[in-house]
Amino acid sequence: MTLISNRRQALAIGAGAVAAAILVSSNGPAFAANDSGDLIKKFTGGKTPAEGRVKFDLPEIAENGNTVPMTVTVESPMTEQLYVSDVLVVADGNPRAGVVAFHFSPASGMAEANTRIRLATSQNIIAVAKMSDGTFFMASKQVKVTIGGCGG
Amino acid sequence: MAVKPRIKLDKKDAKKGDLVEVKALVSHIMESGQRKDGKGDVIPRKILNKFTCTVNGKEVFSADFEPAISANPYIQFKFKAQESGPVVLTWTDDDGSKIVGEETITVS
Repeated sequence: MTLISNRRQALAIGAGAVAAAILVSSNGPAFAANDSGDLIKKFTGGKTPAEGRVKFDLPEIAENGNTVPMTVTVESPMTEQLYVSDVLVVADGNPRAGVVAFHFSPASGMAEANTRIRLATSQNIIAVAKMSDGTFFMASKQVKVTIGGCGG
Repeated sequence: MAVKPRIKLDKKDAKKGDLVEVKALVSHIMESGQRKDGKGDVIPRKILNKFTCTVNGKEVFSADFEPAISANPYIQFKFKAQESGPVVLTWTDDDGSKIVGEETITVS
């Protein structure tokens, strides 16, 4: 009897330890996925964006994560009737998911913008474009980072 | 300390309907709020969080920056030439101060 109860106790302790480990990992920012999914959901209002129309120009391998050049282009006529109003860019491996949001208008003429971003580690970059008619399009690209760019 | 942004338009004389490309670079530390100093204290966040471009008073492009934008932020975008006037680029700091740069476009 004592043996079995010991074993049960041991199992219970073991299970508790696993549960605690899961709790800790979900709170720890180091390796856990950030809130990129939530940000996209908030941006689209729960709609699922369709693949396509969005073109990413990002290096496959970034030697220095401190400055990674990024160009986002969205196919659109950019007329008063149909244009790209907003583009949200998120990174799923940074301490904070948000990277940048571009706001276009028909006066932009072309939905294209370029900037330089920081990437902490190798990860996926996701761009979601919002059209003026309420539809959403997205593209994602994986970037391998040799030296991370978010400091200590 | 006034920071002077560097702004370049790919053409200053445009025909109506032409696409004009704007490239702009501004000096700013873009402190992410994630880094720690030698004593282990977090260095407070200080970034430019908003960028807008107006042509002749009308907004043509804007962007919200997060800490994931590199130091000395560079931005490149296009706008459609409609009328002559000032092209004003404004960056807003976390502390509310603004960095403003201006160019002029002539549309024929």
